Amino acid sequence: MKFLQNLFDNLKPNFEKGGKWEKFHTLYEGHRTIAFAPDLTTGPRGAQIKDAVDLKRVMITVVIAMVPALLFGILNVGHQHFLMSGEEATWLDKAVIGAISVLPILIVSYAVGLGTEFTFCVIRNHPISEGYLVTGMLIALVMPPAIPLWQVALATIFAVVIGKEVFGGTGMNILNVAMTARAFLYFAYPAQISGDQVWTYMGDKTPVDGFSGATALAVAYNAGVEGQPVSQALAEHNTVLGDGLFSFSNLFMGWIPGSIGETSTLMALLGAAILIGTGVASWKIIVSGFAGAYIMGLVMNIFAVNEYMAMSPEYHWVMGGLAFGIVFMATDPVSAAQTETGKWIYGLLIGFLTVIIRVTNPAYPEGIMLAVLFMNVFAPLIDYYVVKANKNRRLQRATV
Amino acid sequence: MSKTIKLKKGFDIKLAGKAEKQLVDFKRAKTFAIKPADFMGMQRPKVTVNEGDSVKAGTPILFDKAMESVQYVAPVSGEIVEIKRGEKRKLLEIKILADAEITYESFEKFTESSLKTLTKETAVALLCKGGVWPQLIQRPFGIVANPQDSPKAIFISGFDTNPLSPDYAFTLKGEEKYFQAGVLVLQKLTSGKVHLGLELDAEIAPVFANVQGVQVNKFSGQHPVGNVGIHIHHIDPINKGEIIWTISPFGVVQIGKLFIEGRYDASKIVAVTGSEAKNAAYAKTFIGACVDTLVNGNIKNDHIRVVSGNVLTGEKIAPDGYLGYYANQITLIPEGDYEEFLGWLKPSSTKLSFHKALGLLSFLNRSKEYVVDTNAHGEERPFVVTGAFEKVLPMDILPTYLFKAIVSEDFDEMEELGLYEVIEEDVAICEFIDPSKNELQKLVRNGIELLMYS
Repeated sequence: MKFLQNLFDNLKPNFEKGGKWEKFHTLYEGHRTIAFAPDLTTGPRGAQIKDAVDLKRVMITVVIAMVPALLFGILNVGHQHFLMSGEEATWLDKAVIGAISVLPILIVSYAVGLGTEFTFCVIRNHPISEGYLVTGMLIALVMPPAIPLWQVALATIFAVVIGKEVFGGTGMNILNVAMTARAFLYFAYPAQISGDQVWTYMGDKTPVDGFSGATALAVAYNAGVEGQPVSQALAEHNTVLGDGLFSFSNLFMGWIPGSIGETSTLMALLGAAILIGTGVASWKIIVSGFAGAYIMGLVMNIFAVNEYMAMSPEYHWVMGGLAFGIVFMATDPVSAAQTETGKWIYGLLIGFLTVIIRVTNPAYPEGIMLAVLFMNVFAPLIDYYVVKANKNRRLQRATV
Repeated sequence: MSKTIKLKKGFDIKLAGKAEKQLVDFKRAKTFAIKPADFMGMQRPKVTVNEGDSVKAGTPILFDKAMESVQYVAPVSGEIVEIKRGEKRKLLEIKILADAEITYESFEKFTESSLKTLTKETAVALLCKGGVWPQLIQRPFGIVANPQDSPKAIFISGFDTNPLSPDYAFTLKGEEKYFQAGVLVLQKLTSGKVHLGLELDAEIAPVFANVQGVQVNKFSGQHPVGNVGIHIHHIDPINKGEIIWTISPFGVVQIGKLFIEGRYDASKIVAVTGSEAKNAAYAKTFIGACVDTLVNGNIKNDHIRVVSGNVLTGEKIAPDGYLGYYANQITLIPEGDYEEFLGWLKPSSTKLSFHKALGLLSFLNRSKEYVVDTNAHGEERPFVVTGAFEKVLPMDILPTYLFKAIVSEDFDEMEELGLYEVIEEDVAICEFIDPSKNELQKLVRNGIELLMYS
């Protein structure tokens, strides 16, 4: 790797003070530290040795945890495509079609996001932060497969600038950046990111007769309105594509239409296993998130006035993006609650809110996005009370 | 009432290069130095000797104009060879070329029974005059204690959990009498108790075994459980306006020697440790010794860092630099000024980490002794990861919020979140594990100075 080091060394004078690309030194350092862990040593006073961990490693762990969801997503986009058109296809065909649909979204998300990030780093003279490694992947995974690429680009720019950079960059944002991108699209282009036709990649094919691209959440909601038991409605939905598209096991596996990475509960749980095993994400948020959804599902059962409310609570775990959202979005340490007690409350409330929004709000079939964003806003308030309790313990001690 | 405290939080850093329990005959250092920067809270140091003066062990050489009664004295007898100053004439070092045979200033002597009738005034006066006062550290703030204060308690930690720390059972062997005498003197200084913290379920060092007049509290857990700040937090926490003093076991022995023998005895046994030491063992020397005789010929290669103290709270010194006033070990570790191709991604079982993020495999073998160099493993970043500091600080304190309060210079928050209860050494383990590589010890000192001088 000497040659690469030499290459960097040769370029270095251009980026130093007085060099022709002086302004871009942060880009130079950013790239060099990706290729080579830097030769920085500890200071003369204080800790003389440091832990081998760094933010790059933390972030790449999260990216790795999302890889199962990405690969499954690619395959599933292909799978849904051929289901829709009624053609027989091999797994290879499905993977190819899936890749054709998904990879451009991923590339646009990373290219546009990093471009925006780099621009800000140069203007503000910040070091390039690792946060976007994760955000870039997340944005792609929460997009519907049929999304126009220019919308991905626009949402990414909006999320990075308004969601993060205006607050001071990585570590300073209030809202989860990827959720901000999704919410932007949701409210700016509602026609393209809701309805029945965006969850399946059509390409140049036409759907078979009687095809419905509706998601399980939409089916469940309509069942509630029409007074048909939800499990029955799910079982009868889209039988033209074969039986059991929305069976519990299929919902759990994720062979259903939806955003690229969010359909499979199994892959989200696999990611959760990686995140919890490596200690990168808070298991408290994940556990309390799922628990919150289940508890609220039970509460809905008790007060059920329609069939959706009477639905078995475990269906909430496997429909829509709840699992993905709790595992990858809610656990973002910057926008989540930061105290350990706060994390329990934060996760629980995300679960509660998701189910409440799903079941009672006619405008938004999926609740996890709004629940996470809402709780992002409220996380500092939760923490405020946890911190206050800590202060009070100290204060009481003083007066006793 | 003696207390037993079991703590779960913390992290023991296991490094290669623990000192063998034997005293090696290293050549005695030729020069010794007192560095004012070692004394936290010293505001206006004033030298009372000139280059060329000869001094005895115990001769005053320095005092702080803000606290004139406390004398800082020469650790050995000899000639003042250099008064080193830096920018703006800031006093850096007072260097002494030591005599072959140490001669001592003589002070008033006491017997163990006469110590019992000692008054506080006499004790304070002799402690200040006899040069041992700076061993007393005030909490909050971790500064040299003020003789005019009366602390609510005095805390001694009888075990050190820092990496490669020396074993008091070895370094204070045979000092039982002096330790006991020191405790008797300390009792005069406080209206409250003298607390001695010991490790639960460990063999008690003879020096602490039969000591009278202390409340023994036992602690179990991982580092920083040996830190006196942790003991205070769990036994008798500091509230606003309260003062506690702390002192190391060596300091207690030094006080005992002053009162029993009537002389300022700066001799101490220090551990020579670290993966790069050929001969990791104990050495007999004096406070402020030049470390060259401990380093030269005792290192495996030249590209090393000499640390006065331990690797968590120590200070980088030159290979011919001087031992810090409070240091009881030197640590020799490899310098880490190299780039590593994809070093942030490569899996490794040889890199020590508290974390388990992708590829950091050291958690699989926590009993292994690791060789750790000075590489920072990354650049400084804003706080991102949450919940990690909370796992290693065994106190009812929210470290992240405390750090953020200091960053934003919010005085009320700093106070309310517990800045009176911590000093640098207590957050050193947080600094080690921080994925964002912030200099948290420096930050805490900045916060303390904001509170002190505002």
